[in-house]
Amino acid sequence: MTLSALAFWVLSILLVGSALAVVLSKNLFHAVLWLALALTGTAGVFLLLNAEFLAAVQLLLYAGGIITVVVFAIVVTERLVGERLSQTSRGIVSGALVAIGLLVIIVSTLTQRQLPSTPLPQLGDLTRLVGEQVLTTYVLPFELLALLMLVAMLGAIYFARPED
Amino acid sequence: MGLQAYLILAATVFCIGLFGVVTRRNTIGILLGIELMLNAVNINLVAFSHFSGTATGMIFTLFTICITVSEAAIGLALVILLFRVRRTVMADHLDLLKG
Repeated sequence: MTLSALAFWVLSILLVGSALAVVLSKNLFHAVLWLALALTGTAGVFLLLNAEFLAAVQLLLYAGGIITVVVFAIVVTERLVGERLSQTSRGIVSGALVAIGLLVIIVSTLTQRQLPSTPLPQLGDLTRLVGEQVLTTYVLPFELLALLMLVAMLGAIYFARPED
Repeated sequence: MGLQAYLILAATVFCIGLFGVVTRRNTIGILLGIELMLNAVNINLVAFSHFSGTATGMIFTLFTICITVSEAAIGLALVILLFRVRRTVMADHLDLLKG
């Protein structure tokens, strides 16, 4: 077994295990911490796929940004109501049936297809390529993205403003 | 590892996230499941990009990550607003539109 295959299996077990912990753990705070582990594992998968820049973005935005915001939201909503952080789930059997059914459909479709097992040669440094294409070919979506984030920020501030 | 292994890994994470969205009663728990599902899609895009040798999938992933962050910010703002109005974040108790 090569080193990259070993890394893939370790990261897969880490990712699937922490994802299961996210949806199954009773304590919402623990679920968020498991989500942080799952997102870090995804950054590892990105590294394995030669996407170093995306791994850095993943760690900064997801593991840094979203986890902080979610913890903040939990603190704001749970502390005020004075309940315990435990949370229950409903319809576990039907939910598991839906999820496993979808998984079986996807995996059976994937195994029937002939997919490449070795990557094609890359067109040079991918990080440089991403930077160049974002500012030339994809410059309009990039600017629209900036607009979207501005609108999202304004919307979040508007929703969360103190009542007057 | 081939492309198939990455796609199956992403499909597994996606289905776990779907399970979380369907079964969680807490709104924040549902949002966590959505994050997992979007994360699985990102793995798919990066894997396709790697195995085709082009950067398009990675640029797409960059966009989806930014859109996901916006979605999380708006979603959590809505959760806080919801809590302020209804004093609960349990999805079962939010049945105002139920006939």
